Order: sequence, then C-alpha cells, then structure tokens
Amino acid sequence: MTALAQHAVVAPVLLPLASAALMLLMGEGRRGWKALLNLVSTAAGLALAVALLLRVQAEGPAAFSAPGSGVYLPGNWPVPYGIVLVADRLSALMAVLTGCAGLAAVLYSLARWQHAGVYFHALFQLQLMGLYGAFLTGDLFNLFVFFEVLLAASYGLLLHGGGLPRVRAGLHYIAINLVASLLFLIGVAVLYGVTGTLNMADIAAKLPLVPASDRGLLHAGAALLGIAFLAKAALWPLNFWLPPAYAAASAPAAAVFAVLTKVGVYAVLRLWTLCFPAGAGPSAGFGGSVLVWGGLATLAFGAIGMLASQRLARLAGYSVIASSGTLIAAIGFDDPQLTGGALYYLASSTLAGCALFLLVELLERAREVEHEPAAIDDGRPALPDFGDADPPAGTNLDDDEVALTGRAIPAALAFLGLAFMLCAMLVAGLPPLTGFVAKLAMLMALLDLRSPAAWTLFALLIASGLLSAMALMRVGIRHFWSPQDRPPPRLRVAETLPIAALLMASLALVIQAEPALSYTRATAEALHQPARYIDAVMAARPVARAAAREAAR
Amino acid sequence: MEAVISIAIGVMAGAGVWLLLRPRSFQVLIGLSLLSYAVNLFIFSVGSLSVDAEPIVRPGLPADLAHYSDPMPQSLVLTAIVIGFATTALFLVVLLALRGLSGGDHVDGQEEQP
Repeated sequence: MTALAQHAVVAPVLLPLASAALMLLMGEGRRGWKALLNLVSTAAGLALAVALLLRVQAEGPAAFSAPGSGVYLPGNWPVPYGIVLVADRLSALMAVLTGCAGLAAVLYSLARWQHAGVYFHALFQLQLMGLYGAFLTGDLFNLFVFFEVLLAASYGLLLHGGGLPRVRAGLHYIAINLVASLLFLIGVAVLYGVTGTLNMADIAAKLPLVPASDRGLLHAGAALLGIAFLAKAALWPLNFWLPPAYAAASAPAAAVFAVLTKVGVYAVLRLWTLCFPAGAGPSAGFGGSVLVWGGLATLAFGAIGMLASQRLARLAGYSVIASSGTLIAAIGFDDPQLTGGALYYLASSTLAGCALFLLVELLERAREVEHEPAAIDDGRPALPDFGDADPPAGTNLDDDEVALTGRAIPAALAFLGLAFMLCAMLVAGLPPLTGFVAKLAMLMALLDLRSPAAWTLFALLIASGLLSAMALMRVGIRHFWSPQDRPPPRLRVAETLPIAALLMASLALVIQAEPALSYTRATAEALHQPARYIDAVMAARPVARAAAREAAR
Repeated sequence: MEAVISIAIGVMAGAGVWLLLRPRSFQVLIGLSLLSYAVNLFIFSVGSLSVDAEPIVRPGLPADLAHYSDPMPQSLVLTAIVIGFATTALFLVVLLALRGLSGGDHVDGQEEQP
C-alpha cells in the first residue's frame, strides 16, 4: 500500500494518458465505450486529486516534513538533475478544480457534443493530462512540455464541432499561443544560461547568488517568461484573443477552457513567489507593480467588456478576463492575507465560470426555440445536426421508443432561471455566495495595505461587481422576462446535472467557507515562505535500488 | 563564432516577426517557423558555444564546461524542435481548413474593407 501511495503524485498524470492511449487504440467507432472510459477516468482523476488534497491537508503546516511525501522523482534521478513532481497545497487545490471542471464538462458532453467529432474523448483526456501535469511539475522545462500538451489538446477541442467561426478563432488562438510558447522557450533558455539549472526550487535557491553583471539578463529572462504566462492568463493587453475563441468553442470545451487561463495565473503565482520573495536581495519583488497595474487594467477591461457584449458567450469570456485580472492584481501585492482571499476567489470563479459556459449554450438554445420553434437542429454551423432524430445505438429507450436521455424535463425554464441567477450572483460577487465571501476576504486584506494601488483595487473590485451585476441582469431580463408565451426549452438531464453539480459545489464552498478559507490562507502562507518548498524539493532522495525491490515485494 | 550565430538569430527573428504581422495566413506560418528556428538556435547558444568539445565524460579530462560542451541545451533543443514541428503542422491544417471554408488566405477569413 505504501508503495502505491508513494506514486499518488504522478497518478493524475498517468491515468488520463493511459485512457487517451486506449481510446486511440479503439479506433473511430465504439463511442459508448469511449464515453464510459472518459467518464470513469475523469471521475477517477478527480478522486485522485481529492485524495492528494486531503493528504496534503492532513500533513498540516509540517507538509513535506516526512521524506518523500509530496515530492516525487519520476525517473529516480537525484534532485537538481532529474525531473521532479511536487504536490503542495496550491498544486492539490488546482488539481481538484481541474477534476471538477473536467467531470462537469464530460457529463455535459455526453448529451450531444460527444457526437460532433471522432476524437473528442481522447483529446479531452489529453487536455486533462496536460492540466494535471502543469499543476504538479516542479521543473521549468517539464512545465513547458505540459503547457504544450494542454495547448495542443485545446487546439483540437476548440475546433471540435467545426464551422467557420471556430476555425477562424482557432487560427488566431493557435498563432498567439505558438508565439507565447516561443517566448516561454526564450525565457527558460535565459534562466538556464544564468542559473545553470531548470529545477524551479534550484533556480530559486540560486537566484540570490547571481552576480550583479548577470542580473539584467536574469530579469529579461524572467520578464519574457512572465509575458508568456500572462498571455495565457489573459492579462490586458495580451487578451484580445480570448473572447472570440471562448465564444466560438463548444460548451464542454469552453467549460474546460475556464481552467486554462488559471494555468497562467498558477504559473505566475508559483514562480513569482518562489523566485522573487521579499528576501531575494536585489531582485526582491521584481515586476510586482506590473502585475498589480496590469491586473487592474485587465479587471477594468473585463468589466467594461461584460457590459458592452451583446452575446452571452462573449460576456462569459469577459467574465473570465475580469477574474484573471482580479487574481493577478491580488497576487502582485505579495501579501499572504490577500493571496489567501485570492485563492478562495480562484476556486469560486473557476467553478462559476465553468457553470456559466455550460449554461450559455442552454440559454442560447432556449432563445433559438423562441425564434424558430420548428428548427432547433437544422444543421446550422452554430449547432451541427447530431440531435434527436437519430439516437445513437445503445441508448436506453422507453416504451414509446423515445430516447430516455432526450426527454425534456418539466421544470426546464425554472431550472434555467435559477441556475442563471446563481451564476450571476457568483460572478458578480453578490451575497451570500462564494463570490461575495471571496471579495470580502480580499477587501478586508486590502484595507490593511493602505497604498494607492490597494485603494484602486478596492474600488475596482466593488465597481466591477456592480458592472457585471448590471450586465448579467440585462441578459437575465432579455432571456427570462421579455419573451412572452414561448414554448419551454427542451433540456436533457445529462445537461442539467453538471450545472447543478457545479452550483452545488459552490454552495458547499460557501457553507464550508471557514475550512476552505483557512486552507487557502495556509496555502498562501506556505507560498510566501519559499524556503520550505525549496528545502522539501532539495531534500528528496532517489529510492535506493534495494529499497525499491523491497517495496515491490 | 558568437557574432555569426547572433546575426543569424537576429535575421531570422526579425524576418519571422515581420512575416508574423502580415495578413496572409501562409506568411504567418513561415514567420512562426522562422521564429522557432531563431529560438532553437538561441537555446543552443546559451550552453556556451564551443568547437570540438567532448559531449560525454572521458576519463582523464577535468569535468568542467571548459572541456565539455553542455549537453542540456542540446536535449532541450531536440524537444523544442519536435514540439515546434508538431504544432506548426497543426497550424498548417487549421490554415488549410480556413482557406477551404472562407475561400481566401486572409488570417481573418475575409479581406479588409478599404
């Protein structure tokens, strides 16, 4: 058992890789089996992530103290030379969020979207693999590789379903991300040239020793790396690609993309707190003001964009931008209390964004019913024809030979209305839901900072909440109040279930706000003491051959 | 040698950026390829350029970078080339799909209105 528990850190990466490989071997048919495998593998991935989180939390403030816990050497090479995977509180939290979003998206896709392309399930598993890997790795070049894995999968998922709008948005998305990857590579190369290592902990440990003559080069490399991450995290002005791409993506893909921007935020948070803490000598806090003011500009841009967008899908994209801006600005203050609140906001906004992207499609479909009642699935590019007429083989049929999964639930409109209201409250940060608790935690920390930037963020957090509340209320009125006597939309249970589950998770997060906030605050405390992370990684030792044989027995 | 490599990287990066900003999708593709060549050469060059240096430890030679070439950037470049090649191929597929769907080679799918 101990031998298995040892490998728990790498399991969330290996599991989706194995499932994806299996799905590719299955060829183009066997949709049912692939869907089942995808569902089981994603659920197991979530379970593994939760187990990881519980283990990290159980270790308490002394996490990493036991040898080998949380730090995993995949190749069993000594630390600065081999690749290392690290599961600390932040990684575990991000992994759990990935699992939640992934499971919701898979459930949703089972209703319709899985029929729109052959390799959906395999791409989806590879996407999850890249996400888990990026959150768990402790090696800079390995981070690049996992970035490429998740980006390559996201290119495929973005194009899922086809059509001119998706291909056009996809071309821009791929071009932007390829350039960002090249900047990432330049940054990694410069950091390697200056410090002579690629292990994040080792880089952080070596930074104070960098001679003054190399410091300019070091800062240039770090800034290039930062630009690559911030382009991924949709910092203004590097975010014009996001609204069209996310609006064009199919609903389950967009729901997973809500986590993708958080990868950029995660990378900035991890590397910036690790490499440039207050005690880093001449480099202390390098680029902090860029993060703060860039984040503020992003937040303002996102809030105004929400107000200006006509289509609900674009509005959801701008809400992702606004939450990214909030996070990056809060990270830039380098204050543990504020970072703790921001991490709670990260969890809240990821779940809310994911639910909103899933809901957007249902709302748009409800509107299409209103405009053209007879032609829901008429093969238009927005929603290709893979719908009710021909249920896939193996679907459960009821007495009247109607697919059980295609049955309209009676309270469809009530569900849509309630779910939209909850989503709007979460995104706008209205009490009593998680958005409000998160903003309150951040506002309280900002009161103690007393700098002009802190007051600006304070004001912008409140103003952006107001703007997004107005934008969402306008959408709500247009969708639910103004139309008279229209036929009720047809929703499938498989489509409503993930949205309900995500909103339930948000409710659980607000009911359990105290333990959740203390977890994120402990995470922030740990992030602001990088020496603990560095010591833990550097103390990891390869398993001796005899001991490995003993464990295998 | 440093000057030659630097000029090569600079020329390729400059040409790549210029092509990247063009409105034709094929030019963007070539620009991305040139940029990735420039980046690959750059990574290669951070491991301190050396001629005729040993890549693998040989008995009797002091083990430092004065006598050996750094193998790390070479392995990084190898990985970067493979990944760059794959993503460029993917971009090419999307480029062809856009050309098929829109009937033109403008990156926005339609010509700019004058």
